[in-house]
Amino acid sequence: MQVTVNVNGADHTREVEARLLLIHFLRDDLRLTGSHWGCDTSNCGACVVWLDETPVKSCTVLTVMADGRRVRTVEGLERGGVLDPVQQGFAECHGLQCGFCTPGMMLTARWLLDHYPDPSAAQIREALSGQICRCTGYENIVRSVRWAADHAAAGGADSAAEVPA
Amino acid sequence: MQVPAYVEYEKATSVEHALALLARFGPEARILAGGHSLIPMMKLRLAQPETLIDINGLSELSYIRVTDGALRIGALTRHAQLLDSAEAGEHFAILQDAEKVIADPIVRNWGTIGGSLCQADPSEDLSAAFAALKAIMVIQDPDGSRTVSAREFHTGPYETVVAPGELLTEIRIVIRPGGGSAYEKVGRRVGDWPVGAAGAALWLRGDTIADAGVGLTAVGAEHFAAAEAEEFLRGAPATEASFGRAGQIAAEHCRPSSDQRGPADYKRHLSAELTIRALRRALRRARQQDA
Repeated sequence: MQVTVNVNGADHTREVEARLLLIHFLRDDLRLTGSHWGCDTSNCGACVVWLDETPVKSCTVLTVMADGRRVRTVEGLERGGVLDPVQQGFAECHGLQCGFCTPGMMLTARWLLDHYPDPSAAQIREALSGQICRCTGYENIVRSVRWAADHAAAGGADSAAEVPA
Repeated sequence: MQVPAYVEYEKATSVEHALALLARFGPEARILAGGHSLIPMMKLRLAQPETLIDINGLSELSYIRVTDGALRIGALTRHAQLLDSAEAGEHFAILQDAEKVIADPIVRNWGTIGGSLCQADPSEDLSAAFAALKAIMVIQDPDGSRTVSAREFHTGPYETVVAPGELLTEIRIVIRPGGGSAYEKVGRRVGDWPVGAAGAALWLRGDTIADAGVGLTAVGAEHFAAAEAEEFLRGAPATEASFGRAGQIAAEHCRPSSDQRGPADYKRHLSAELTIRALRRALRRARQQDA
């Protein structure tokens, strides 16, 4: 069937099978390979994207369920070439090692900070509890999110120059 | 790579439309709500429906409200919405206790209450919570709606009384005075099914238990309830001794089996201990409501 999904602000109309998972639509049809396809069983959270305003595990959502809705992926975090504070936080605090879980972690972190701008470490851990880092770099992930909370205004014109390549 | 088998898809635009689609496509059609149970089952070919009827657009089934002395939860309500509902928590704290430990925060964003109940996993948490609260399930077909008690809802593992052509639309819990409730779960890690879990609801008259509900999940309790323990509690004093005995009775009557989550004797022990803890906390809450 034909679906139109708004991904990171742009409408994409495609003919898809009902069984096509959203993660595969994003990666294979739209070539947005930032979202990772991990455990395939909605346990690991590598595939987390936003569906409308909430983070979901896109390996457990059919593309047809996203028809007429908005999806935000890790590619949609930066604005005008400037990294989101969450992305900067992960860079500053060594929030990633292999990087596989990172896109999902960052999208959940962005949601958390949008709703709780000053989260405790416990709140951060709870928010990320459905996501697995197999490098076990959790301490630095929590620090990265906290860095983003402390630098909510990061990403302005002045700090753009400091964004790591 | 796990992908579901080929399937047809229909998007329902109203409850009536969903019911008409169910009638048209017959018993091989499945309702698709959050999909967080159904889609994994489809990937594994444990479920292979011919047609999915997507009800995610039915905002009329997404609500939490108190009317006519009962809390009403629309079947399409997401777990996160129930967890965040001050109204639900105020009347039935057990629901928020349970929601905090159901799956993980991301799964709770999209998984639905009705979907969890209709999946009817024998380790599902809300089934025990609703059994303890003596909830009522509202099931609709094209001719109207019927109600069944939470304890009649499940007919076995992964089986419910919801027939092909029918749709679970609402969960209803009558608000009674002097009530308090709580849920206690032991799990191995975030997102896992419980090793064992118990829910308790108490309705007090002074220091006497006017009525009690005890729900158990993952331990083979019939109808997710400990009916014998409830029977013992009814009319008993709300004391530690009563709770201890009720826990013992609950443990005696459940039928846990050994699996990768733990041996049967440990699960039986949990059934007693978690029943006692849930009763204690329910009592504290019932007294706070009074105060």
